[in-house]
Amino acid sequence: MTVSVCSSGAKALQDFPVPDCFQSSGVERAAMPRLSARDIAALSKAREGRWRPGLSDQPLHSEIFSSSSDAGGAGLALALARDALQTAVKTANPLAHAEDRRQVLWVQDKGAAQRSGRPYRHGLPTELRDRLIHVQAASPEDTLFALEEGLRCRDLACVIGEISGNPRALDFTASRRLSLAAEKHDVALWLVRLDAGAELSSARMRWRVSSAPSAPARWNAAAPGTPAWKAELFRARSHAPGEWILNNDNGHLRARRTGGPVAAGTQDIGDLVRPTVGRSLAAFARM
Amino acid sequence: MAIWFARLSVDRWRLSQGCEAGEAADALPTALITETAHGPRIDAANDAAIAAGAQVGMMLADARTLCPGIRTAPADPAGDLDHLERLALWCQRWGPWSALDPPDGVLVDITAAAHLVGGEVKLLDDVKKAFASRGLQTRCAIAPTAGGAWALAHFGPDRAILDPTEDCLRRLGNLPVAALRLDHDVLTVLRRLGLKRLGDLTAIATGPVDRTEAAARDAFHRRFRNRKSPAANPLVRLDQLLGKVPEPLLPVVPHHAPLVQRRLMEPIRHRSLLDQVLADLAKDMVRELEARGEGARRLELGLWRVDGEVIVRRLELAAATREADHITRLFAGRLDDIKAGFGIETVRLRASWAETLNVSQDDVEEASERHGTSLGACIDRLTVRLGAHAVRRPVPRASHLPEHAQTWQPPLEPEPSSQDTLEFHERPLKILDKPEVMSVLYASPDGLPQRFRWRGQVCEVARVEGPERIAPEWWREKSTARLRDYYRIENTEGQRYWIYRHGIAGDGRGGIPQWYLQGLYA
Repeated sequence: MTVSVCSSGAKALQDFPVPDCFQSSGVERAAMPRLSARDIAALSKAREGRWRPGLSDQPLHSEIFSSSSDAGGAGLALALARDALQTAVKTANPLAHAEDRRQVLWVQDKGAAQRSGRPYRHGLPTELRDRLIHVQAASPEDTLFALEEGLRCRDLACVIGEISGNPRALDFTASRRLSLAAEKHDVALWLVRLDAGAELSSARMRWRVSSAPSAPARWNAAAPGTPAWKAELFRARSHAPGEWILNNDNGHLRARRTGGPVAAGTQDIGDLVRPTVGRSLAAFARM
Repeated sequence: MAIWFARLSVDRWRLSQGCEAGEAADALPTALITETAHGPRIDAANDAAIAAGAQVGMMLADARTLCPGIRTAPADPAGDLDHLERLALWCQRWGPWSALDPPDGVLVDITAAAHLVGGEVKLLDDVKKAFASRGLQTRCAIAPTAGGAWALAHFGPDRAILDPTEDCLRRLGNLPVAALRLDHDVLTVLRRLGLKRLGDLTAIATGPVDRTEAAARDAFHRRFRNRKSPAANPLVRLDQLLGKVPEPLLPVVPHHAPLVQRRLMEPIRHRSLLDQVLADLAKDMVRELEARGEGARRLELGLWRVDGEVIVRRLELAAATREADHITRLFAGRLDDIKAGFGIETVRLRASWAETLNVSQDDVEEASERHGTSLGACIDRLTVRLGAHAVRRPVPRASHLPEHAQTWQPPLEPEPSSQDTLEFHERPLKILDKPEVMSVLYASPDGLPQRFRWRGQVCEVARVEGPERIAPEWWREKSTARLRDYYRIENTEGQRYWIYRHGIAGDGRGGIPQWYLQGLYA
């Protein structure tokens, strides 16, 4: 077991996109089983890159841990899935279909449907409303079967799963099976784990999420605004861990570091200048 | 041409006994009976029974007093109808299409087809002879309209032919009004009005002579003005008989379900062999379907065991399919609980529901590039393992109540058209199956909860929007249903919920209103 894990880990390490300058130097990479010190340094530097929304190399198997008493996990899974699909459309070839009409499979086990409810059509994002297929599985084994069947289907945009607790069936082997199926057929899986402990898993990214106070609504300051989540990326294969406040701004995922500057889209820059919220730079210079 | 099988059920019973008319079992008085709420009633009786005094529609007890030795057999209306369908198909030897005339008649269109048999007279002789050789008593007639042929077949002379050039009314005027194919209550009305012959009715329907007759005609028209069904309106029936109003008939079309089967030399008792047979059958079925340009939607697999047991496994497919591997794989999941006993000797696969599926060219490059299953195959596999109720799609429904505003339907069905929801209605991402009661610990004066307990934890409301009042649907619910005031709330930790108060205090529809939590926002 451990041997196979190590070998697959090494394979993933080799498959990891290395910057071009290093690839040209390592032409005989296949002949050279070991990575040189320069390569390792480059890899570790690349891995230091922070996660941010809109990255093109989205992982195909992610886990999102959340509580069953709010819909933050499902909300974040949908937001991440939409972000990945939007990015894929942007980078896809121009011959591809203009509008993505593929279905989305949402699998829930019994506990998840009972504790946190079923998806409600009128509350779904508009473009997903008529593209959702819901699967209600009775046991964890059936849930895993449905997830795997969904991942094997080439006509699905992505698969969203909700499993409550830590069922015995969902061990490392099962999660590895899901990872391999997702990577083989290139269908993304977003698995929401409700009230679960973070056990051993082969998910490429693992999030821990809870709801965060929303931004004030536009017209009514006393009303709840667009949803926001406090998301902690605690394990990722190609990114450094971190913590963000994510929110869904007009269909686009926005992230800011907790405690960082408020302006959207500047999460990685830091405080170079004072934030100019609500005021143009020219007006700022005139002061 | 109308063919009336005057004694269809008796003839069928007699043929099932295997005797000629008036011989052996048919020589004894026999009645075919159905059980009714008031005891057995005679549906049909053979000649000996009628001679002994039994009548159709009589109670069996009454018939027993007249003829104590009467024998009974159960009537079989469904079997009669089935037999009639087959006869209707068989009748297409005389014309291009035929229609059923339940319970015991067939209408055949012989327009421009009579000369093939040698004229209309010879055609009727042929019909009579053909059915006599099958042991069925018939009366048949030819007329320009279906109604005319029916009237002549039932009430006219046998083998009557009504020429299109003849005056229809003069020929049919002497037939009773029952020749119009009317319901019993309409016949009663006509009998009470004193209209017994078709000729009486035609005079009223068409011929205005003096004022009293015109008044009578108006009264008659008014009497049947609101009867839209032809069988309830003698005037419509009369027009149909004369050919003034079209009378659509539903033709009988033979439909053969694709069926493949294997009879096995040796009964099989092992699963691996059964899988092999199933794979062969699936290939045969695919070939059969391909030849017809169809794809299977429902498949039935029948397994005949040596000891006479029949095991049937049904499979419903989400989309029309013609892939042998897919069919084999789906059935393989359903065969685990089969007990072979002493062995299975016949396996039969039948596509009881097939839809048109055009042959499409496989894309060589595409297929090699992309693997995985199609959506239909994925849905089929999920449905076979989890059940049809587990794989569904949410669709909107016209209702104000949030839990009724969405229903579930099979995933690949077309979505019903519906009005869009209002943009400013922000609905939760997830909704609980049953709204959960929460206990309000502290409510502000305008009725809004400031602090509540739900699932054992205390929530402090930080932000709120509402109320959105949703009134009960009076056209669906009882008058005591209470209205709901919905609030979108966010607690201090940022969790967003959709809660409502069920009713308002003092609305006279219950006590103090309860608070419920129904939805969870993202």
